[in-house]
Amino acid sequence: MSLPEPVIIVQLAFLAFAALTLGSALMVVLSRNLLHSALFLVLTFFSVAAIYVLLEAEFLAAIQVLIYVGAVAVLYLFALMLTRRVTGEGIRQHNAQVVPAAAVAVILLGILLPVAWVGNWQLSSLPPPPDAIPLLGESLMTTYALPFEVMGVILLVALVGAIILAREN
Amino acid sequence: MISLDWYLILAALLFAIGVFGALTRRNAVSILMCLELMLNAVNINLVAFSRYITPHLLTGQIFAIFVIGIAAAEAALGLAIVLAIYRNRETVNADEIDLMKW
Repeated sequence: MSLPEPVIIVQLAFLAFAALTLGSALMVVLSRNLLHSALFLVLTFFSVAAIYVLLEAEFLAAIQVLIYVGAVAVLYLFALMLTRRVTGEGIRQHNAQVVPAAAVAVILLGILLPVAWVGNWQLSSLPPPPDAIPLLGESLMTTYALPFEVMGVILLVALVGAIILAREN
Repeated sequence: MISLDWYLILAALLFAIGVFGALTRRNAVSILMCLELMLNAVNINLVAFSRYITPHLLTGQIFAIFVIGIAAAEAALGLAIVLAIYRNRETVNADEIDLMKW
């Protein structure tokens, strides 16, 4: 038995990871148990990293797993554990604006999906560079040096601010 | 192959799911988690455009790296605020923290 064509395998991989992303995102939003919601968020982050690999952005996929799954999701789990006493299992997790929120989401899709479907973009047929990391490093140090330094200041401010806000006294 | 539209549709659907969750959930930590879904949708959009329109410049990936950094800083600060509120009010439900409503 011969293997199917690589094109079909790539398309099937995209459909599988897209379905996994959207399914786990829906479970994040609809789940009644908050810890299940956080774990589905971890699954969403992993499948978005797989989408980055399909887009040939491997460094970004590694950064996504390292930072989002390794730091941000762990932070959310800590916060859920620390505020656990008042959130029982039988408390409803959605407020009174479910129908207007669904209407807003559908209107938003009604604006975004036709643009995605119809838009004739000037696609380029160049292949992506085989080594992205030296190019990324060079761009961060030359063209995007100012946002890079500002990022450092933002992270410092966030660190100091989070420590001050969460202090005991 | 996979055309650009597929990635844009995926990003739009993920963003809409995040919007619905951020408007609907009661727990403040859940609202922040739905914000992360929206930021991930934006990242997919940026990287897809960068891959299909200017693949030799990695602009979309650099923007996505900055968005990931900002999202991490915002998650840390938002959760510190939620913890401070929890310590004072004993609740983290967004519809019970209504001191500033008229």
